[in-house]
This record gives sequence, C-alpha cells and structure tokens, in this order.
Amino acid sequence: MTTATGRTPVVRAHRVRKNFGRLEVLRGVDLDVFPGEVVVIIGRSGSGKSTFLRCINHLEKIDGGLLYVNGQLIGYREKADRIYELREREVAEKRAEIGMVFQQFNLFSHMTVMRNLTEAPMRVRRLPKAQAVERAYRLLDRVGLRDKAAAYPAQLSGGQQQRVAIARALAMEPSLMLFDEPTSALDPELVGDVLEVMKGLAADGMTMVVVTHEVGFAREVGDRVIVMDEGVIIEEGVPEQVLSAPKNPTTREFLARVLTPTGSVGATSDVLPEYTVKGDPGT
Amino acid sequence: MSTPDAPNLAPESNADRIVAVPVRHYGRWLGGAAVLLLLLDLGFAVARNKNFKFGLVPHYLFDPVILTGLKTTLELTVIAMAVAIGLGVIAAVFRLSPNPVLKATSGTYIWFFRGTPVLVQLIFWFNLGIIFPRIRLGIPFTDLTLWSAPTNDAIRPLTAAILGLGLNEGAYVAEIVRAGIISVGKGQTDAAAALGMRRSAVMRRVVLPQAVPVVIPPMGNEFIGMLKYSALASVIAVEELLGSVERIYSTNLRTLELLVVASIWYLACTTALTIGQHYLERYVGRSRATPQATAGWRIWTLRRAAH
Repeated sequence: MTTATGRTPVVRAHRVRKNFGRLEVLRGVDLDVFPGEVVVIIGRSGSGKSTFLRCINHLEKIDGGLLYVNGQLIGYREKADRIYELREREVAEKRAEIGMVFQQFNLFSHMTVMRNLTEAPMRVRRLPKAQAVERAYRLLDRVGLRDKAAAYPAQLSGGQQQRVAIARALAMEPSLMLFDEPTSALDPELVGDVLEVMKGLAADGMTMVVVTHEVGFAREVGDRVIVMDEGVIIEEGVPEQVLSAPKNPTTREFLARVLTPTGSVGATSDVLPEYTVKGDPGT
Repeated sequence: MSTPDAPNLAPESNADRIVAVPVRHYGRWLGGAAVLLLLLDLGFAVARNKNFKFGLVPHYLFDPVILTGLKTTLELTVIAMAVAIGLGVIAAVFRLSPNPVLKATSGTYIWFFRGTPVLVQLIFWFNLGIIFPRIRLGIPFTDLTLWSAPTNDAIRPLTAAILGLGLNEGAYVAEIVRAGIISVGKGQTDAAAALGMRRSAVMRRVVLPQAVPVVIPPMGNEFIGMLKYSALASVIAVEELLGSVERIYSTNLRTLELLVVASIWYLACTTALTIGQHYLERYVGRSRATPQATAGWRIWTLRRAAH
C-alpha cells in the first residue's frame, strides 16, 4: 500500500469506473492523495469530478477499479483473494471518518445549528452530550458562528450555512475532508468567508479533496490541481503549472472560460480576492 | 396648470396619495342582492315550517344519550386515526424499502384497502366471526397459543369499527406519508449518510421529522374526514353520534331535528380540529419559516443563544 515515497495515501484510486446506466461517467480515474495534501479538482460540469468525489465515501458505488481510503477498500472487504460487499453498518462506519461538504449545504433544516453539529457525534460516535456540545462550540468558534448555535438553518445566509456544514463535518473528526463545489451556490460576497475557513483547515494539515471553480483558491491553497474531462484526468500538477501554463488544450479552453469575468460559471478573477472573516474570534 | 401629458393628480399636498372616484360595480350589487333574496326566502321557508320544531334542537343538544354518542365518536376517531397513522408510516417505509417482499406487501395493502369501500370493510370485520369463530394469537404454523378468544367476543362492534376505519385510513395515510418522505431532498439523506448515520437512523432522525410539516395539512384533512366517516360505524351497531341520534329519532320520529343536533356537534368538532391543525402547522413549521415570518421566534432563539 505504501508508495515509493514511503507514505500511505489517504485516498488511492486505481482505474475507478462508474456508469449511470449506459453513460460512462468515470472511465478509469487514477489518483493518490497523501496525508495533509490539498488536491483541487477542476473541470467542466459533467466531467465526472463530483461523481468521483461521491465515490470516495461510497455515496456512489463504483463499477470498476479499486478505491482505498486510509488503506482500506471502500465499500468492499478483501479476504483471501475475494472481494465481499460491506454491510450497511460497515459502510456507515467508514463514512464517519470522511467528512463531506456539499454544494447545497444540506444542513438538517429541522434541527438547530447546535443539533446539526451534535447529532452525528452523539448518535454515531456515542459521544456524551456535554462533550459533543463543547466540541460543537469549539468548531462554531472556528467558523465564527458561535452566536448562531440556537438558530435554524433557514435563518442563516448561504455562507453561514456552508460554514456550519463544514463545522458539522469536522465534528466527526474526519481524517479526510471532501468538498463538492462548496462555494458554487453562494452569493459572490459570501464566498470569501467559506474559502477562509477552508484555508484555515488546510493550514492545520487536513487532507482535503476539493471540487471547485475557484481558481484563486486552487492557486493559493492547493498542493496539486487535477483537471478532469469526460471521466478521466487529463492534466495534473502543481497549481502554478496547471493554471498558468496548461499543456492540454481542453484545460486551456476551460481556464479561459473560467477566468474571464463574463464566464458562465460565475467566474472569479485569477487573483485571490481579499477575504474577511466576520466574527472570527481569531482576528 | 397641468400640461396635457401630465396625469391629473391630486393637489401637491396630497401628491403621494391618489384620490380618485372609484368605479361603481353595479353588476356586483345586483348579483349580491339577488343571492341575498334567495337566501332570505330559503331561511323563511325553514323558519316558518310548522313541521320543524326548532325548540327540540337545544333540548337534545346536551341529552346524555347524545353526549355519550359524541364521546364514542371522538374515541373512535382518535383510536382509528392512531391505528391508521401507525400502519400508514410502516406501509410508507415498506413501500420505499429496497426489500421487494416488503414493497409488494405494502403495495398490495394500499391497493386493496383503498380500492374497496370502507362500508364494505366495516361490515366485513363485523362479520368476521362467521369464518374465523376463534381468534388465536400464537406462533404461526405451530400449536403454541399465547392467547385465544371467540371472535365475537374479541371483535365487538367498536373493535370492528376501529379495525375497519383504521385499516382503510392507513392506506391513505401511507400515501400521504410516502409523499412526505419523497419531499425530503436527497441532499438530506446524502448528508446524513456522509456523517456515518445508518439508513434506519437517517429515516428516523432526518427524513421523517422533515416529512412531518409536509404531511400535517393533508393529515388534518384525513382527521376531519375520519370524524365524519366514523358515522358509518352506526351501520354495524356502534352507538356513536349518529347512532345515538338514530336511537332517539326512531322512537320520537323527530328525524330532521335530531340530525341537526348531530350536525351541530360534527361542525363543532371539525371546527375545533381545524383550529388545532392551524396551531400544529405553525408549531412544526417553525424551523422552515423565513426569518421575517418568525421574527418573534428568531428573537427568542437569539436571546436563548445569548444565555
């Protein structure tokens, strides 16, 4: 399982394939993500990047290839040269170690912010309430939303909801965080707060796989940028090289579209905007 | 003063308020007057009718027999509805289950009980003793018996009514609950699954609670419907509200007066249920309401957060 560098990858994808009916969404994706690494996946919509992310925590079942997280096969168990499907309980246990942040936040709308953060630690990890609440407050401090503990998601702005969603994922103390276009559903002025939280996470050494259109974030925070197109990785490398001097013509075309202000994806400039975190106790 | 182009508005002091002569709706006045006349005529026809004794209505309104019937109606409604909700939730979850046997069982249940008249079902349960003289509770396909009784003792008219109404209503509730479950977005189940929650926990903790606000309005309808359907139980000798009224008018022949008495009670109960439903909707809808709509609630939660 270890590679030439001697480190065990947190994620190891080997020729991962996924079909939706007759449509081949992933056509053999190979990727290693190492501890503490921030891998940013970019690509056109429909390129399979979100699907690949969802395969990593088995929200989508892969149809071919092998996918390991922390050295363990996702969704299956290897025993004596045979592969067994995991039971639902075992899948859930593995998912608990992988945090996921969604484009549409997906906070539990019937629960207060506090219960959103304590529900899984208490039910899945059997954490005592006092500890779960203490952990929740610590995470809310971290995302600058301690004063919203009793609010319901509908009473928060999109940016606040997404920061709560990040805190909710962190409450499970995951070893890997997956971000599925975390800022795509946000008003432009709210994007900065969310990216700031993600930057902080990266600085603390969290292993992250981020699907995003925020080229500025990829450049500043990403250790590696992956470009996907039609279900395969077409380009890969350090952000500076991939974003400034892409070799693949499709990458070049994609970046040109994302980087122009009139681009269809609500593009940002290639210069990282100045972030301000409101209510961040650290500032 | 005013140019031909400028609209002729009120004087300067009133500039922000338009003072205009309203349009006269002669057609509306005529239509209203005609309908009022017809209603008056109808009212007189009833009020002047010598065969209808209004005095009997208040006299019988609080008659002990009728009050007992009313109590039975309420009990029957609440218990049958509880049975229906229990069955309906189970049937809805079964129907959405990946297990084909559970799915088919639930589908057949809904198909059968929604597809036959509730009156037929009531009479069926009432006469169950004919084909199953004894009811036995035990392990299937063995002789182990935990409890047994003659069917006609175990299934009295009230039990038959509860079974008939509850099983029938359960099929409708199942469809309402299924709609509620479907209305909870896939994002919610994805998020819960990603946190490591198991499917049963996702259903209980995330999906069903969010289905509740969606389900309350149609469920309120069903509750009101059940209150009225319960009158069918009078056919199988349950002395609920209609049955008690029938008992009285079968001797004094004041049929219409007593039906008015029953209607007043039915209306009172449905009105109470409607008001209750309104408050219940407001209560369960609090987390999904917009900040503006729940300013008071928000202030309260913020104040709570401050403590």
